[in-house]
Amino acid sequence: MNNQVMFVFLALMILVFSVLTVTSRKILRAAVYLLFVLVSTAGIYFQLEYTFLAAVQLTVYAGGIVVLIIFSILLTSHISEKAAVSEWKQSVLSTLASGAGALLTLLTIYKFTFVPSPEPASTSTVTDVGTALISTEHNGFALPFEVVSILLLAAMIGAIIVARREKDKNMNSENK
Amino acid sequence: MIQGIPLYYFLVVSTLMFFIGIFGFLTRKNLITMLMSIELILNSVNINFVVFNKYLYPQNLQGHFFSIIVIAVAAAEAAVGIAIIINIYRNFRSIDVENVDQMKN
Repeated sequence: MNNQVMFVFLALMILVFSVLTVTSRKILRAAVYLLFVLVSTAGIYFQLEYTFLAAVQLTVYAGGIVVLIIFSILLTSHISEKAAVSEWKQSVLSTLASGAGALLTLLTIYKFTFVPSPEPASTSTVTDVGTALISTEHNGFALPFEVVSILLLAAMIGAIIVARREKDKNMNSENK
Repeated sequence: MIQGIPLYYFLVVSTLMFFIGIFGFLTRKNLITMLMSIELILNSVNINFVVFNKYLYPQNLQGHFFSIIVIAVAAAEAAVGIAIIINIYRNFRSIDVENVDQMKN
């Protein structure tokens, strides 16, 4: 009973704030609504007893990505600026497209019978997660871990290079 | 699995969240809000991975690790995407998709 009340609360938070995120005219507010959605998702992970994943969600998504987005909003748009409203026709067509997609997916989910496994859940404490991440054995994830590390390094270098002001080139063009 | 909550409830929530993200991506004109819609979509997919892991294959942790990796990829994507958006702002003085219509430089 408690589980259900908590789940309904989190689901309502997620849905309401998702809608507010994509419809709010003020961009900064949309970012804060996105923060609420991400925190409620972390709540769902806590409910599923994946505490490490919930912690990662809170630190990386709610702590990192939202702060990055808010910074870029403050850098690129005026705080009282309102987002442009899309055309009447475009918003109706988008509503129809996403509504039809949601309906189709929900019908497919409803028709499919999932059989929950009766086996007891394996533990997912930080120790288990850490051991599995660097293990090269059967249920180990050493290779994906390394690949993601390289991806993060590449993304960091790429972000620095893309966002850097190209001084030499600008000076050259000014000289010309 | 959790007592009293069927698998379907989670799937309904994540499906609706996914299509709200799609709706935002289609209607928004500002590049940063489009990026936020993509974050919503990625987040809903993460919920699916975790719930399938918990309910259908509780003896493994595959879905758990997959969503950790998706979160890492989302972080990388946000970092690169925002760098590109700031660069676009520098060149065009605007981040509305309608104004960004030429492959300059």
